[in-house]
Amino acid sequence: MVSTPAEGLGLSSRPAEEVPAAQGLTPQGETINYLNATTGIRSWLFTLDHKRIAMLYLISVSLMFIVGGTAAGMVRIDLLDPQGFLISPETYNKMFSAHGIVMVFFFIIPAIPAILGNFFVPMMIGAKDLAFPKINLFSWYLYIVGALLVLGALASGGVATGWTFYAPLSSQYTTGPIVFVALGVFVAGFSSILTGLNFIITVHKMRAPGMTWFRLPLFVWGMYATSLLQILGTPVVAITILLLAVEIVFKAGVFDATKGGDPVLFQHLFWFYSHPAVYIMILPGMAIISEVIACFSRKPVFGYRFIAFSSMAIAILSFLVWGHHMFTTDQSPLSAIVFSIISFLVAIPSAIKVFNWTATLYKGSVRLNTPMIYALGFIGLFTIGGLTGLYLSSLATDIHLQDTYFVVAHFHYVMVGSTVMAYMAGIHYWWPKMTGRMYPEGWGRTAAVTLFVGFSLTFMPQFIAGYCGMPRRYAMYDPEYHVMNVLSTAGATVMALGYILPVFYLLWSLKWGERAGPNPWRATGLEWQCPSPPTTFNFDKTPIVTIGPYAYSAEDDEIQDARLDMERAEMEFAAARAKIAADRERMQLEEGHSPENEAVIAQAVTGNAKSADATGATGKENPYGN
Amino acid sequence: MATKTKVSEHSVAPPPVTTSYQDAHEAHGDHDHGHDDHGPLMHHFDDMVQQRESITIGMWTFLMTEIMMFSGLFFCYAFFRWKFHDAFMLGSQQLDINLGTGNTFVLLASSMTMAMAVHCAQIGDRKKLVAYMIGTLIFGGAFLGIKGIEWSADYHEGMVPHFQAFGSRGNWDETGQTWRTSHHAHEAGLKAGPTPEGYVWDYKHKKPVKSEEVKMYFMLYFCMTGLHAIHMVAGALILLVMILMAMNGHFGNGNDQPIEIFGLYWHFVDIVWVFLFPLLYLIAGFHPGGH
Repeated sequence: MVSTPAEGLGLSSRPAEEVPAAQGLTPQGETINYLNATTGIRSWLFTLDHKRIAMLYLISVSLMFIVGGTAAGMVRIDLLDPQGFLISPETYNKMFSAHGIVMVFFFIIPAIPAILGNFFVPMMIGAKDLAFPKINLFSWYLYIVGALLVLGALASGGVATGWTFYAPLSSQYTTGPIVFVALGVFVAGFSSILTGLNFIITVHKMRAPGMTWFRLPLFVWGMYATSLLQILGTPVVAITILLLAVEIVFKAGVFDATKGGDPVLFQHLFWFYSHPAVYIMILPGMAIISEVIACFSRKPVFGYRFIAFSSMAIAILSFLVWGHHMFTTDQSPLSAIVFSIISFLVAIPSAIKVFNWTATLYKGSVRLNTPMIYALGFIGLFTIGGLTGLYLSSLATDIHLQDTYFVVAHFHYVMVGSTVMAYMAGIHYWWPKMTGRMYPEGWGRTAAVTLFVGFSLTFMPQFIAGYCGMPRRYAMYDPEYHVMNVLSTAGATVMALGYILPVFYLLWSLKWGERAGPNPWRATGLEWQCPSPPTTFNFDKTPIVTIGPYAYSAEDDEIQDARLDMERAEMEFAAARAKIAADRERMQLEEGHSPENEAVIAQAVTGNAKSADATGATGKENPYGN
Repeated sequence: MATKTKVSEHSVAPPPVTTSYQDAHEAHGDHDHGHDDHGPLMHHFDDMVQQRESITIGMWTFLMTEIMMFSGLFFCYAFFRWKFHDAFMLGSQQLDINLGTGNTFVLLASSMTMAMAVHCAQIGDRKKLVAYMIGTLIFGGAFLGIKGIEWSADYHEGMVPHFQAFGSRGNWDETGQTWRTSHHAHEAGLKAGPTPEGYVWDYKHKKPVKSEEVKMYFMLYFCMTGLHAIHMVAGALILLVMILMAMNGHFGNGNDQPIEIFGLYWHFVDIVWVFLFPLLYLIAGFHPGGH
């Protein structure tokens, strides 16, 4: 018997879900879904199912997150003391580089598109798979090759270049397996390109009948905008990194000022990709938040088209702002001013999104489930991260703040405070769909709050330290910043707890979690019409779409609540009847037939039936025709 | 299940489903997807139109990423040519314009045969298809061969920065820093003026040019032609496989799309060369070539 998983939602839910007829059973008696349709390691390593590939990504990306997180932990612990006490300054440089490289290229860029996008873009548009399943699998292998190259390089000594590989630091002044790291990033870049390409074709060509562009869930719009950045930006950083490798191996001098080259050229080429890459990281987060906010406010998203177009606007503007990373280089003042102005413009679509989410909350019937807590955390942290970005895009303040912890705090607010919160929101929101199981709601909420508190404690002090002038990337610092660093490290400990908790309860839920049923959140969207976990081909029949994506309404909720209450009452009534019948049979057996007994029993039956009538309606009186 | 497969194989629409999903493999185990009339419809597409359009747009999108990739190099080229104008002229004059021009025609010829191959695939003429594809492969191979000869000559004449090669015409000195003379210009009776350390003499404009700057030209020349050649090699390998497949009976009966898609790639690589050729070989105006 399936229990009622959505208690935390504050909504009634259907007590028992019938197994769709087409689904069938495995020999073990479980319903057939994408997880158990085929078995064995080969069926996973050679799978073409976008959902399985998403799960492969989930595992590998999570492992890389542990690597990057460990490096961050070492950095933070070392900074407990102004002189550093855990690792040598050189190791410190390698640690923060490892943290940056792994987290940027192997966690945050692939995390949402390759896991949640891979899983849900086809389902949301009513397709059986992405347009190119083989390329999808190939991109995972590219990711693995890239990850192995980088991990190998880190294990064999590491590099101290930071994740930006600035020349000539990377090409002349550091040793170590920088070429292998570059190669790993290059290969992982192609993984990202192929994922983006797949999404673009899928959204263009694989939509179900009736799924018009403006009926696409905003998650899909966000993924589409992200994919544009991936296919247009990533090839440029690929060639840049290739040039860097040529520079190192053949001493080409393209980025070497002593040979007529130009180090700033590297920065231009690098940030032409890497600034859009920042939006590759945040746009998917925003995409998730639109889904979660709508579902847990039980309201259609406010300003659907504005959110959709603001994603595209961010994507386009992101290609025109890379120069704001180079205000302190020899960039001309004129171009600096232009880059500054365009950077300010990015605030407009970002603010549109924040205002629209807030407007969606307004008068919604907000339910504070785990995904929603993450999402609300996202809005707050993203607002801080976004607004401090404006400090950095104005020329004068940037001169003061450049390369301080203020920058570190700013981009962590955007990348971790926003994107990772959104990622966690998405993982929790879709976990029942991906695995068929509910996670324990109480633990989920605890982890969400822990992460928010830990994050704020970690990075708020860094704003202050940075504003006071503490430079980033130094293994040692002035004692005046000691307090802030201790606070920050304490926060990082709390934050680590916020990450470790979900690992445990999510894994726990795989075996012991309640069965979720197809739609525990009573969410709209095609993905919730499939069984949980979905079957290999998602839909038995291609769905036909007739309405927009966010058909939430409080009235519908009430009607459905009433209907489900009635269903439950009906079941209770039937159970009571059965109990009476059983009682009667037992009494007859025990005491034998006698007119006296019959009379007692008859009275008992009428009495019970009346009380059952009083608690709930009968099936015949159900106005909704259940 | 088996009977169902048979029926769909011969008569009824939709065309037989071929897929790499394991369960589907079991169902359609030994179905040869190369011989049906419309090409294989993959399981996740609704119909052939959708499949064709998806694959075509996919290729165009991929080519867009390729353009972005090359554009990084073209940007570097533009930047340094603006910065080191004279050195780029001088560097360009060192290239063998005859080989470059010849190669351009060879590559354009390969594009023509490729276009013919696409046409033959569309009308289902498999014999001509194979012939034209082999022609394309030969022209492509010839391009790579000529390019190899050119590079080797460049190497022997010391035009490859970083490597210390010594040849007939000019070379880098022992430190790899200074590029010395132009043998060809000597032969033409032009005289060098006083060249300071670290400079080379530009005979045409009669002035010294920093050898580092000329080196930058050659670095970009090798990067750009090298990346182009890598694309050529990849294309030739795919073409080889496709020829073998075509000889085994693929691509003739309406399943012409792979040829068309590959054609797009091949033409793209050609077009890159069409841009590389003037930017690398012709920027100095007419100059006598030949080693």
